[in-house]
Amino acid sequence: MAKLNVNGRILDVAAEDDTPLLWAIREQIGLTGTKYGCGVAQCGACTVHVDGQAVRSCAMPVSAFTEAQKIVTIEGLAPMGGAQHALQKAWVELDVPQCGFCQSGMLMAAAALLAQNPRPSEAEIRSEITNICRCGTYNRVLAGIQRAAGTATSG
Amino acid sequence: MTMQTNLSRRFVLGGAAAGAFGLGFHIPAAGAQTVAAAPAIPPEINAWVVVKPDDSVVIRIARSEMGQGTLTGLAQLVAEELNADWSKVTTEYPTPGQNLARNRVWGNFSTGGSRGIRESNEYVRKGGAAARMMLVQAAANAWNVPVAECRAASSVITHVPSGRTVRYGQVAEAAGRLTPPADVPLRDPKEWTIAGKPLPRLDTVEKTNGAQIYGMDLTLPGMLNAAIRACPVFGGKVRSFDAAAVTGRPGVKHVVPVGDNAVAVVADTWWRAKTALDALPITWDEGPNAGASSEAVAAWLREGLDAPGAVVGNSAGDAGAALAGAAKRIEAVYDYPHQNHACMETMNATAVWTPERCEVWTPTQNGEAALAATAAASGLPAARCDVHKIHLGGGFGRRGAVHDWVTQVVTIAKQIPGTPIKMIWSREEDMLQGRFHPVTQCKLVGGLDAQGKLVGLTMRISGQSIVADIFPQNIRDGRDPVVFQGLNAGGGEAMIGYTIPNLLIDHAMRNPPVPPGFWRGVNLNQNAIYLECFMDELAHAAGKDALEFRRALMANHPKHLAVLNAVAERAGWGRPRTDGRHLGLAQTHGFGSYVAACAEVSVSAEGKLAIHRIVAATDCGHAVNPQQIEAQIEGSFVYGLGAALYQECTLKGGRMVEENFDTYPMLRMEEMPKVESIVMPSGDFWGGVGEPTIAVAAPAVLNAIFSATGKRVRTLPLTKVDLRRG
Ligand code: FES
Ligand code: FES
Repeated sequence: MAKLNVNGRILDVAAEDDTPLLWAIREQIGLTGTKYGCGVAQCGACTVHVDGQAVRSCAMPVSAFTEAQKIVTIEGLAPMGGAQHALQKAWVELDVPQCGFCQSGMLMAAAALLAQNPRPSEAEIRSEITNICRCGTYNRVLAGIQRAAGTATSG
Repeated sequence: MTMQTNLSRRFVLGGAAAGAFGLGFHIPAAGAQTVAAAPAIPPEINAWVVVKPDDSVVIRIARSEMGQGTLTGLAQLVAEELNADWSKVTTEYPTPGQNLARNRVWGNFSTGGSRGIRESNEYVRKGGAAARMMLVQAAANAWNVPVAECRAASSVITHVPSGRTVRYGQVAEAAGRLTPPADVPLRDPKEWTIAGKPLPRLDTVEKTNGAQIYGMDLTLPGMLNAAIRACPVFGGKVRSFDAAAVTGRPGVKHVVPVGDNAVAVVADTWWRAKTALDALPITWDEGPNAGASSEAVAAWLREGLDAPGAVVGNSAGDAGAALAGAAKRIEAVYDYPHQNHACMETMNATAVWTPERCEVWTPTQNGEAALAATAAASGLPAARCDVHKIHLGGGFGRRGAVHDWVTQVVTIAKQIPGTPIKMIWSREEDMLQGRFHPVTQCKLVGGLDAQGKLVGLTMRISGQSIVADIFPQNIRDGRDPVVFQGLNAGGGEAMIGYTIPNLLIDHAMRNPPVPPGFWRGVNLNQNAIYLECFMDELAHAAGKDALEFRRALMANHPKHLAVLNAVAERAGWGRPRTDGRHLGLAQTHGFGSYVAACAEVSVSAEGKLAIHRIVAATDCGHAVNPQQIEAQIEGSFVYGLGAALYQECTLKGGRMVEENFDTYPMLRMEEMPKVESIVMPSGDFWGGVGEPTIAVAAPAVLNAIFSATGKRVRTLPLTKVDLRRG
């Protein structure tokens, strides 16, 4: 039994110690916005924030967490009160998602990047965002991050 | 744009389903909804259009949304003819069971071959137009005035002489009782105000906040989760498994055989099912293919490059004689590997089976085919089954023609009657149990005359036929009609863009024991590489510019030529450069559309490739949503370049070697070129956009690599080729 602090709530999670955080979030806690893509830390579909850092939750057992660590999932990305995160707003304005399956992870990776580096260069974005998108939304993801960061160049 | 995305909106399965199960299954859904049960539906004008009293318009979408934007595009076409207020438009999916019960009123559900819009545009537009006519008629009846005096715009009907107005929602019920009009004229696309516009998608918001429910996310009351493993060796079977070894593990409820080649563990959670499955001792009967390997397949295909008995796909003049008399002969052999679709969301489905009824919830590109698979596996007639389409985390052809995962989930559910079973494939299962891009090789021989003009060309394709495996009834006289995509003389679907006086294109079918599938772009992918890279080789051998060499053969193919010229001009073809970057061209025709690309690359002395920019042009006839076409073009380069640079499924010991993204790499943002799209619809046909551009991605880049390095890449993926200078 683990205690997890997810989106501001402390929850008892009845999962074996070696259960990946991803599956505890999806199956025990019931938040399905965080996706399973590979299970081996390759694709980033499962990205959540742990104390503000982007973490690939498929590769971390629940036993590695204490309730002192603040876990935020895509469902908790927007600030309280229903407003959109600047990235979510940019995503909608640019119609970034295609199938959308990778986009929770993309947004969480992008949000962690902007929290640490509010005005990243294009090269920094390209090297930091290593999530896989099979539909091929990379250029719009890049543009969305730049728009949210206020670094979008016109044209 | 107000989109109905409320997660609280719940649909209760109607009629027999709720009665049979007594559980009142309901699913939260976002985006396209499942059509509500008959008694609950608000006024239906016709099969395509429902208008509610509050004026909201529900447009029924028969085709599947998997990221390609079809849901929004089809809604635009219906709303256009309906003169609907676009901000009031929402969508829902009818089920294949409803389609069956209503004599296929929604037509074909298949969403493949880039056909979603181009194949159904006429009848869905007619659905919208007929609904508008009925709404206007209902208003005219209520006012007792001639229809000709009434106009409809933005969901409001106006009686022009008096200025009276009525909203669609106020007359919808009366309209639904009218006899549908027999003659339904359609608007000239030049007058479109909703269709043809770069409108935002209808399904974006819920994809940015975790609310979109994919098949994998579905939860039903009392549901159990299944993890499955099928024999990794193609054609192998289960010999035995030791269920007792895992039955005591936490959460494990059942261990069941699935057909003759798979075993599933059913547990309270998927993770517990999956870990129990990993611990389950299974012995396989690997069967006759246990020795199959990619090397052996390659050798067999190589033999086919010169073997007799090939089936001709396209021919003109006497290619043999022309080559014999040519001043110069050029010959090359290319190949293309097996590849996995690797949808971001692995295959999955949820099923409930009782002796009376079977229901399935699944991401599918073809609800009707999923229903057929459900009926077959359930042992029930199709009328007692239904399939609920859940939003797809990618499709790319994997979720269309073959519903092997649906057969599996129903087979599991049938052994646990009354309990909903959600089965999810692990990524490893998804990689091993693919329907793979067919493997082929191609030998091309070209003849040039003394002036460097192409006088003859032969093209022998040796390799796998998708159709022979999936739709064998469509093989006529040994001919696979799909294998010559992009090389056909006519037909309007996938035509060669060159006039070559002496030509012979044929196919020696060689089907290795690997299940093939329709992989986004299908056979156009390798055919465009073969032809367009060889065109570059011929131009080089002739001492001519690659664009000029092509143009000389394209006078009779103005639409092919137009897209090629467009990319060449935008990319600055022929302009002297000093930045160390090199250009490469490719063009083709497939899925009804004309596409071309010009790639700009550089290759470092150490052999590192950088793709800086791609200019791409598409003539798809009509552009229903230009910004979504651009999204499809951008995405096509990711799919096509990822395949060309990195992806191969290697057959060894009768099974695929690569099991996850660590050994089957993907293109990532760092390598993603800038893409400039030129959408240039010429207006007299309807072409698809989801696939054709993939085919020009690789050859444009490979031709640019030759320009940069002098090296011809004739084998893929590029990881097998050393691009170092010297
Ligand atoms: S699912 Fe965690 S990185 Fe892919
Ligand atoms: S939007 Fe489909 S995988 Fe990224």
